[in-house]
Amino acid sequence: MEVSTNQDYGSKTMTKAKQSKDTIFTRLKQNKIAYFSLWFLIFLHLIVFLGPIFWTVNPEELQEVGSLAGWSLQHPFGTDDLSRDVFARMLHGGRVTLLVGLAAMLFALLIGTLVGACAGYFGKFVESVLMRITEAMMAIPNFFFVLVALTVLGTSPVMVVIVIALCGWMEIARVVYGETLKWKEYEFVEAANASGARSIRILTKYIIPQIIPSIIVSGTLTIAAAILTESAISYLGLGIQPPTPTWGNMLQNSQQYIWTAPVLGILPGAAITIVVLAYNFLGDGLRDALDPKYVKK
Amino acid sequence: MHTSIPNKKYSGGDEVLRFLLNRLGQSAILLLIVTIITFFLINLAPGGPASTMRMDASPEERQAMVEKLGLDQPIHIRYIDWITNALKGDLGVSFTSSEPVVQRIAERLPYTIELTVFTIILSITIGILFGVISAIKRGKAQDHVINFFSVLGLSVPAFWLGLMLILLFSINLGWLPSSGVGARGADFNFWGWISHLIMPVLILTTTVLPNIVRFTRSSMLEVISQNYIRTARAKGAKESIVLYVHALRNALIPVVTIIGVLIPRLLSGAVITEAIFGWTGIGTLILEAARGRDYPLVMGVTVVITVVVVLCNLIVDLIYSRIDPRVKNV
Repeated sequence: MEVSTNQDYGSKTMTKAKQSKDTIFTRLKQNKIAYFSLWFLIFLHLIVFLGPIFWTVNPEELQEVGSLAGWSLQHPFGTDDLSRDVFARMLHGGRVTLLVGLAAMLFALLIGTLVGACAGYFGKFVESVLMRITEAMMAIPNFFFVLVALTVLGTSPVMVVIVIALCGWMEIARVVYGETLKWKEYEFVEAANASGARSIRILTKYIIPQIIPSIIVSGTLTIAAAILTESAISYLGLGIQPPTPTWGNMLQNSQQYIWTAPVLGILPGAAITIVVLAYNFLGDGLRDALDPKYVKK
Repeated sequence: MHTSIPNKKYSGGDEVLRFLLNRLGQSAILLLIVTIITFFLINLAPGGPASTMRMDASPEERQAMVEKLGLDQPIHIRYIDWITNALKGDLGVSFTSSEPVVQRIAERLPYTIELTVFTIILSITIGILFGVISAIKRGKAQDHVINFFSVLGLSVPAFWLGLMLILLFSINLGWLPSSGVGARGADFNFWGWISHLIMPVLILTTTVLPNIVRFTRSSMLEVISQNYIRTARAKGAKESIVLYVHALRNALIPVVTIIGVLIPRLLSGAVITEAIFGWTGIGTLILEAARGRDYPLVMGVTVVITVVVVLCNLIVDLIYSRIDPRVKNV
């Protein structure tokens, strides 16, 4: 591990100063597709979370027009195979899907940061055990374990969140681990160490705050992955169970009706794709904007 | 090799053997942990084997079942029993079909291997091609287009894309069959086989292709910035020779490692792909096992899949240690 010299400590603080909130935002603004994704996501979350206040149709209630009805003023997206309003289900399903993604991301972030920071900071035995576990988790096909775990543990939303997070924290742990190794060599950390601060305080007060930008990037990309996993397990019928709608389980039955009502299959899938795409673009854009080697165009 | 990193001279079989033994040891520990976690998860969960007995079973039947499954034994004894049998190649008997688990897996595994081998060939070829183009044309239109499609590929749910392909090619155009593996054995015909493979391979390819493209791109960019590339250019070598002879050769070495990383993802992706297209591989087997709460089968599939992944990683590591002289004491 290289020990930083005074000089590059100085340059690091400079980059830190340059990376004030304003600059990151202006950098992100230059990346049109990431900037657009940010606004799109804000807009979409507003629609999905506030929409049901205005569109008061119950997503689980059967409608009079019958099943698989086409679009009309009362039902803009028609009705599904059980004659429920597709528009209301899209809004409520979006709430569940996005919340599951967000919650799984937060939980994965917690595990990943804890594992990565401890491994990087304490080194030695702790490091080798934690990082071996992380590598092992990355080396096994998680999806099999997600299926097994959900089969035996049940498919309540909380369980779905926990299982997705337990299979999705490794990338975050690796990022945090690398960053912790880097930051713990800096003088301000050594100074805190020398002044007798406890390990936990050094980690939470001095090291983790430096890593937050990287954590935000990982978090954005983790939401995208979590939404995809949720929709996949729902499609297989092992996720959150109907009648509670999610974009994933709305697709579950649509394969049967792909001949008669393709819109049932197209709509939720397109919604998932667009949201995940936006999160991925935003994550990539944020990573570029936070990159110290960033070159202004 | 154009790299100039100083290293110990290659000293023959000894080091490779040590490396191999080291990796084998790590793999054995990994396998042990995976079996322990899966076994205890399955057996201690409220929905475990004890609850699979039907509600209408009489007390005698229930008792017979408990004894047959050894459920009256403490869990650690059951695990030791299971692992000793597993080491002898006996993974127990499937609840749902009363066939040996090993036999059920052996019937299904070749189909998944078929699917993944075609996917690996297709995705590596296209992935390296696009990755190299993207790196050479960095910042240009080609780079942006390839990047856009990479992110798109990462973002589309595989099962939904599969559904859309079925809608297009099976329902609207009627070109390709929407499910199944095609006739095998006596009725085997080439077009039937290929036509059943096309869509599943395409879907599975989209799940891993973006990673290969991105990885090749960054590997290539890193190599291009090296001094020996600058030297080659300074000597007046043609740009095409610099790129395709000097740079590409070295850029492709790390790409070998990504195959190891991708195999778990491929197998995870295979579960979904097989489910969409009714492909009777190991992915649909684990789904049947999970839905039918067929615990010996669930255990068996999990273990076999982990063994496959571990073996693949071992092979990739070996290849890597042979083609890159810098990797020695891993």
